[in-house]
Amino acid sequence: MDDDVSLRGRLWFDAIAGESQRRETGPVSVLAADARIGAEMVRVIAVVPDPDNRFPRARRGEVGIDEGWGLAACVREVLGEAGRPILAIVDVPSQAYGRMEELLGIHLACAAAADAYATARLDGHPVISLVVGQALSGAFLAHGYQANRVLALDDPKVSIHAMGKLAAARVTRRSVAELEALAETILPLGYGVRSFARLGLLHELITGVDANAPTPAHIDHVRQRIAAAIEDARDGSHDLSSRLGSVEAKQQRAASIRVRELLAAQWD
Amino acid sequence: MNATLTLLDRTSFIELNARERAQALLDPGSFRELLGPFDAVESPWLMAQGVVPQSDDGVVIARGSIGGVPAVVIAIEGAFQGGSTGEVSGAKIAGALELALLDAQAGRPIRPVLLFETGGVRLQEANLGLAAMADIHAALIALRRHVPVVGVIAGMVGCFGGMSMSAALTSYLIMTRQGRLGLNGPEVIEQNAGIAELDSRDRQLIWSLTGGEQRVATGFADQLAVDDADTIAHVVRAAFDTDRSLPANSSRVAHWRDRLSRLPERAEGAALRALSPGER
Repeated sequence: MDDDVSLRGRLWFDAIAGESQRRETGPVSVLAADARIGAEMVRVIAVVPDPDNRFPRARRGEVGIDEGWGLAACVREVLGEAGRPILAIVDVPSQAYGRMEELLGIHLACAAAADAYATARLDGHPVISLVVGQALSGAFLAHGYQANRVLALDDPKVSIHAMGKLAAARVTRRSVAELEALAETILPLGYGVRSFARLGLLHELITGVDANAPTPAHIDHVRQRIAAAIEDARDGSHDLSSRLGSVEAKQQRAASIRVRELLAAQWD
Repeated sequence: MNATLTLLDRTSFIELNARERAQALLDPGSFRELLGPFDAVESPWLMAQGVVPQSDDGVVIARGSIGGVPAVVIAIEGAFQGGSTGEVSGAKIAGALELALLDAQAGRPIRPVLLFETGGVRLQEANLGLAAMADIHAALIALRRHVPVVGVIAGMVGCFGGMSMSAALTSYLIMTRQGRLGLNGPEVIEQNAGIAELDSRDRQLIWSLTGGEQRVATGFADQLAVDDADTIAHVVRAAFDTDRSLPANSSRVAHWRDRLSRLPERAEGAALRALSPGER
């Protein structure tokens, strides 16, 4: 496998899941285990690269057809187990881009994963996502963005975005340098997790952790932050409204709030 | 009536703009726009990037009735920035669905309709478009538990990106032959994977993958409708009137995984259609 295939998803899955028995619900690119975090048994799920994936366009950790449906299966397996928390470990470079993927309905596979996570959340399962690497575009919509609480490691390689830099530059007819310059002043264009945190969409940015080579103390710290987020989610609503309530949201996403207020006033 | 006269008698739904489409679906005289052009809530992010904003940000939210039942039609305007989802347009869609959910939870009748015409997230508002998309998915999944949500992909922009997932999350999806539905648009695939993977100029190939006829035949959409405003209004209303309360396609995990476990060597055309008929 070449160098730029990220191993972080697997690294953090192993760190969090420890010795727990792996479930074989998904394809080999979808890892699942039930691990104790704090006082709770948590369903931990990650998407990882599989160089032998039967879909060649999904061999580098992308969310493809089998990954979307596999995620849905891994999440739905614990539905009904009263209040069982679910943790999505997120390091996904993109959705799979390919002709077979479109033909076989990758949009539905990704929707199925989002559906499963959101259904769990609506049913009262605390759903937490921990972004340890890339969380890009449709892949993040499928795996992580339906969580009650989104956590991320404060690390230069952690990135949450709508489209990879090269592709976004092409589509908006800019050079990568122009795109980077714009991102300095226009916050939603930023690729770094720190600029994302300023949008008020993150529950917590976890600092002081080596994302590539965490020490046992780092792992303990992250597990504690996950446990705290689970607690917080249990006390909160089952929808995504907490994302509109933060101080940062009021500053940077005032339009998102204003539109909802106006719509409500004009609804009846 | 001969074929030519039948054709002349039609009003092309595709040719209508978002506002006209919403009007065409709602009972005559019942159309009322929320957050319309005079409220002038525009994108706060476009001007700084040299893009002229539009006073409705490319989404029309219309209240009214369908078959006498209170309704909300959310119509995306494909002519503004490719129907892309920005902060404001995304909040309009998510907010309308959230209000429909409140009505449904309170037992008030509501018929939500989404008219898709979009390339997905607006890259000039990148992370806010993506965040809005997650809100839209969340609202659709919650709302669909209470009432059916009907989607229409008429064309010619089609429905791509994160919004294709929204289409997949509707209870009942109607497409025309001209409509297309896919996660990644053909140009994006060609750029990412090369022209050997997909030639984005090969229109016949593109429509054979993602066009309305193929999507209905293979079970990714529920009904094919001709491009006629009256016909589409009729099938939308009929979808509500004859709500069959089928499990949502996106929740049928065993069904689709089984189908995908039986893929033929070349899963194209007739072979793919033979795997499972479109009918639910």
